[in-house]
Amino acid sequence: MTGQPLPEPAASPTATDAGVPSTSRPPRPRWRETLGLLLRNPTAAGSALVLLGIVLMAIFDESIAPSGANQISVEDRLQAPSWEHPFGTDDLGRDILSRVILGAGVSLRVGFLAVGIALLIGTVIGLLAGYYGRWVDDVLMRFMDMLFAFPAVLLAIAILAVRGPGSGNTALAIGIVYVPIFARVTRASVLGVREEVYVRASRSVGASDLRLLTRHVLPNAAPPIIVQTSISLAFAVLAEAALSFLGLGTQPPNPSWGLMLAEGRGYIDLAWWLAFFPGMAIFLTVLCFNLLGDGLRDVLDPRQRTLMAGGGR
Amino acid sequence: MSAPTPVLEVEDLRVRLRTPRGPADVVNGLSYSVGPGETVAVVGESGSGKSVSVLALLGLLPRGVATVTGRALLQGEDLLTMPPERLRQVRGPGAGMVFQDPMTSLNPVLTIGRQLVEGLRAHSDMDKAAARRRAAELLGEVGLPDPDGALDRYPHELSGGMRQRVIIAIALSNSPALLIADEATTALDVTVQAQIIDLVEKLQADHGTGVIWITHDLGVVAGIADRVLVMYGGRCVEDGTVDDVLEHPAHPYTRGLLGALPDLAQPAVDGVVPDLATVPGTPPAPTDLPPGCVFWPRCPVRGDARCETEQPPLVQIGPSSGALPHRAATWCTETSALGTESSGEAR
Amino acid sequence: MGVSVIVFALVQLVPGDPIRLALGTRFDQETYDALLERSGLDQPLVQQYFNWAGRALTGDLGVSFRSGETVTSLIAERLPATLTLAFASIVVALAIAIPLGTVSALRPRSLVDRFATVISQFGISVPDFWMAIVLILVFAGTLGWLPSGGYVPLSEDPLGWLQRLILPALVTGTVSGSVITRFVRSSVLEALGSDHVRTAQAKGLRTRQVFGWHVLRNALLPLVTVTGVQLAYLLSGVVVVEIVFSWPGLGQLALQAVQARDYPVLQGAILLFAVVFLVINLVVDVLYTAIDPRIRR
Repeated sequence: MTGQPLPEPAASPTATDAGVPSTSRPPRPRWRETLGLLLRNPTAAGSALVLLGIVLMAIFDESIAPSGANQISVEDRLQAPSWEHPFGTDDLGRDILSRVILGAGVSLRVGFLAVGIALLIGTVIGLLAGYYGRWVDDVLMRFMDMLFAFPAVLLAIAILAVRGPGSGNTALAIGIVYVPIFARVTRASVLGVREEVYVRASRSVGASDLRLLTRHVLPNAAPPIIVQTSISLAFAVLAEAALSFLGLGTQPPNPSWGLMLAEGRGYIDLAWWLAFFPGMAIFLTVLCFNLLGDGLRDVLDPRQRTLMAGGGR
Repeated sequence: MSAPTPVLEVEDLRVRLRTPRGPADVVNGLSYSVGPGETVAVVGESGSGKSVSVLALLGLLPRGVATVTGRALLQGEDLLTMPPERLRQVRGPGAGMVFQDPMTSLNPVLTIGRQLVEGLRAHSDMDKAAARRRAAELLGEVGLPDPDGALDRYPHELSGGMRQRVIIAIALSNSPALLIADEATTALDVTVQAQIIDLVEKLQADHGTGVIWITHDLGVVAGIADRVLVMYGGRCVEDGTVDDVLEHPAHPYTRGLLGALPDLAQPAVDGVVPDLATVPGTPPAPTDLPPGCVFWPRCPVRGDARCETEQPPLVQIGPSSGALPHRAATWCTETSALGTESSGEAR
Repeated sequence: MGVSVIVFALVQLVPGDPIRLALGTRFDQETYDALLERSGLDQPLVQQYFNWAGRALTGDLGVSFRSGETVTSLIAERLPATLTLAFASIVVALAIAIPLGTVSALRPRSLVDRFATVISQFGISVPDFWMAIVLILVFAGTLGWLPSGGYVPLSEDPLGWLQRLILPALVTGTVSGSVITRFVRSSVLEALGSDHVRTAQAKGLRTRQVFGWHVLRNALLPLVTVTGVQLAYLLSGVVVVEIVFSWPGLGQLALQAVQARDYPVLQGAILLFAVVFLVINLVVDVLYTAIDPRIRR
């Protein structure tokens, strides 16, 4: 189960004969140029804009939402979408739009926390494995492979069974599941950078390992990691929804999108809007993270060293 | 024009590629011809547009990315405007091509025999057995030991030199009128390189094939070429007979290339002739060509006020030793070794 | 080996007393002790591991705490449904991915390509359980064409089997197909841009030949890998879709086992998934050897 090479698709055929000057100085990531290129890609720019909107919505949820998340109103139960309740109401008469808005915070918090955990642990592991090689690499990556061999959803379910349900534990479970992905991406990227002239040059003048890692290796190995972060955010949001749907993630009465879907499922014949709008919210968020990831990949990682989207699915 | 009808006549060839950084003018108005049995060497650094200029002839550039204009008459037929099916028929019998990298130019998952046979059968109604016999013959001709055994082997089982012979056998399998060798010996060691060059010269003598030999190795040029065309920034900056260009280089770029070389009469130790890309600096990006002389940013001479702003035409620059004019595109001929003033445009 | 230790350790970490859960709220100490001894849970952990691993090697995965059935029979019961859905989904996935990926690689940046990219991006991003719910709403609810869930064996009711298979296979197949489409696109694109394809073109081969023998054949290698990965995922990871469609597969079994702290079942299921993963990797390796002569020795 180890050593399965991941296909590394090449970039599309464009001008290859065009003379690109090569220097031995580290190619400093040019953030402004990167951002410019990204914004010129309409899909990526649009996605970034929508995500910004969702994040702002999550931050100012209380003041945007037309009513409270758990404001029950029995006479208004199962109302179809109308001017008063654009997304309708649920079986307890709660306004779906408000719950979708308030649910954004829950979903994004879990998503960011999970990816933060995976990013932190995975990057450190990948950095060490890639930079030191030999037995460090063997031990760390063998462990990562074993973790990776488990079906992602089941691993998360098992971790949640150990730790008990709840959004914090959901983030932890998803985070652990994604650690091996970040470790792999980081390691591959570091391997590419490690032997570059500027790293060897710094080493030869006696720079310390820590300095080398933080000043030279990490910044230049970063692009694939950034792309992976965006794509993983998509899947973390999706996984949070799935786990909450199963009743293992966010617990009622908190308005998580996955949970709302689960609650709405029983009313699917009677009131389709209960399940439809939270699902759309998940879909839109995940889609935007994926599209942004694609855009970032085109700009930052033309050699496509990142695991393809869906690798964690 | 005393020579017999040329095999290939290229006029004002231009290639524009679509790149993420905007349109790149990779080839800018290239004109030359190749006679039967003649070898034309196209010389230049990587990025000068050499490879693209020949890939464009056979329609081998990625579709949708490249725009090719001009004329390229192969035995009187324009390659650039012919319908796809006709172009397919021409690839092989009309023009064979040998590529740079023997490690990647053969399909790794198919046998050598299959890769030869399919080329033969695409242009004749030979049956499989006959095509196989012919394939073995071809492998013998290019000097592959045990040609029959080699048919059933895969590319990875052969060395680089042997693979390049296979690629040459494929290119020659339909007895092309024109052979295009794109850095055909660059990836090989010097001994193998010499063998391959001998082989091509022998085949050329036998079949009267016209050859375009793309290289950045001036040692090879001196050995094989009748004519030389020096490319820089997608333009021809100098052309003429091999003697004229190598012995009386007129363009500062050509002179730079040659100046960086050891004396050709006395080959360097071990017969290794260094690459010619030892002129300081790098070629201009094809997305951003200078308005004047393409070589201006790197030019050590810059002997004329027009250098920076006005593009010099390709003109005859003096007496030539052979039947061909010796031309160069530079404002700086007065400082050249020949010391002659440009004498009007050639043609 | 390593996998079995992890399976065991992980499952041991699940909190809660399984026997208490199995017995419910009313039980006497005697029954409890008897069960404890019979299940071997009173022995030290290392001992428990070796007992379990030793028996697992002979195909004995123990007895469910909850139902008292053997784990092997529980798994065998669920296996047909899971295999059916996984293979049906892979068929759907490849039927979507190969044409769509190929066409979009042939015309990069064209309208078709953009369309395919959007479709596959949608397929990757859509929550599968939500898509399942929407499909049930449309096809089972509004249109009433198909049943909303359940499973019947093929041997009993072929039509009913097919009717019940369509929707779940469509959901999981779309998701997997979208992932595979992107791989097909990029590997065909890579093959198209490779030097040997240019050699093939320069030989004057017909487009069909260049495409069949030099592009597709070489693009097959990465496709085999990604299909293997997707199949492994389909055999183990479609818990949520199984729940929505009341599909009695292994994912559902594993989820129930987690919820009931049913160690033997959970261990058995996870061990099976690990084995499936290994077997699929083996098959992928064998296929690779068949396709790629460079690996043959």
